[in-house]
Amino acid sequence: MKTCLVVDDSRVIRKVARKIVEDLGFACEEAADGQEALDACRKSMPDAVLLDWNMPVMNGLDFLIRLRQEPGGKKPVVVFCTTENDMSHITQALRAGADEYVMKPFDGEIIESKFAEAGLV
Amino acid sequence: MTQLPAHKFEHLCKEVRARTGLVLGPEKAYLVESRLGPLARKSGFASVEALIDAMMRGDKAVLTAACEALATHETFFFRDKTPFEMFEQVIAPTLKGARAGRNLKIWCAAASSGQEPYSLAMLLDEAGGPQADILATDMSAAVLEKAKAGLYTQFEVQRGLSIQRLVKHFDQTGEAWRIKPHLRQKVRFEQSNLLEDFSRLGRMDVIFCRNVLIYFDIETKAKILERLAAQLADDGYLILGAAETVVGLTDSLRPAQGHRGLYTRAGAAANKAVAAA
Repeated sequence: MKTCLVVDDSRVIRKVARKIVEDLGFACEEAADGQEALDACRKSMPDAVLLDWNMPVMNGLDFLIRLRQEPGGKKPVVVFCTTENDMSHITQALRAGADEYVMKPFDGEIIESKFAEAGLV
Repeated sequence: MTQLPAHKFEHLCKEVRARTGLVLGPEKAYLVESRLGPLARKSGFASVEALIDAMMRGDKAVLTAACEALATHETFFFRDKTPFEMFEQVIAPTLKGARAGRNLKIWCAAASSGQEPYSLAMLLDEAGGPQADILATDMSAAVLEKAKAGLYTQFEVQRGLSIQRLVKHFDQTGEAWRIKPHLRQKVRFEQSNLLEDFSRLGRMDVIFCRNVLIYFDIETKAKILERLAAQLADDGYLILGAAETVVGLTDSLRPAQGHRGLYTRAGAAANKAVAAA
């Protein structure tokens, strides 16, 4: 079974996202900020990361930059999922190694479409 | 919902079918309230029934608006993927040589709000050719206006479009996203109803007519397919939706081997086989 790490400081968003990625056939883990996410990845690299941008402790972009430097850190498909929906944030994320980008608000259909674009489903 | 008197529902069905080909069976009765309800309120009618009364009195504007509201305009970028892969891998390479020196003529029939023709414009832009004139038609003036503007909501640009394509081919304007001007210029939009004569549009190399025939009865499907075939260049291609076929409806078109949803002219294919023999 493919694995997906859902990273968001909102418990409600994590719950909604978990339901969606589980319905897409992923085993789901959760992290509440970038540091927690990095710790989780060091333990076990997921196939996919659904990643919020603005979070306490370590934000999504800093997490992504560090993840890509980790051993095996190029492997996870990283899909940003954030309210930062302007072109400059998007291009910044892509330069840092993001594979896809979801602009909040999102629903199951958008996540599925974006996971499909990223070759995850 | 208050029950619509049967004779009024039947009148609506008859008028809409004559105008658009759209078959509203009893199983589609729910569409009448959900799609005409908002129109009735917007137009100042007390109810859907009052709107149909106006139609029965011969109000053509109300009929036109009702037809547009009842049609399904559902679409998204690169819908179903496969047709676009076929275009890239089969159609464009095959026709490229045969059309040397002139633009490929592509027609998106029932193009709705423009996602299909713009998807093709993006593909051609990314591939660096072949040069093409893309014509997009729809019977609805309202969706054509949107298509011409090339302006899409955040929700719409997240269906079927990769983030790389969004960044490459769109400009952000506030909350919305607009397809870049050089792509918008590649597509010409024109109002046209598939039930009416479309021979003025000229011969086409490629016709996309997807997810529209499913709404018509068999006789209407057969007639439209015949006329589409007549519009197609001898070596042209017709692409239908995944749930649609020409089989049993016309002898003028035949499925392209190994490519679901892709059709060629039957006579032309036969001629080619003879020439090769």
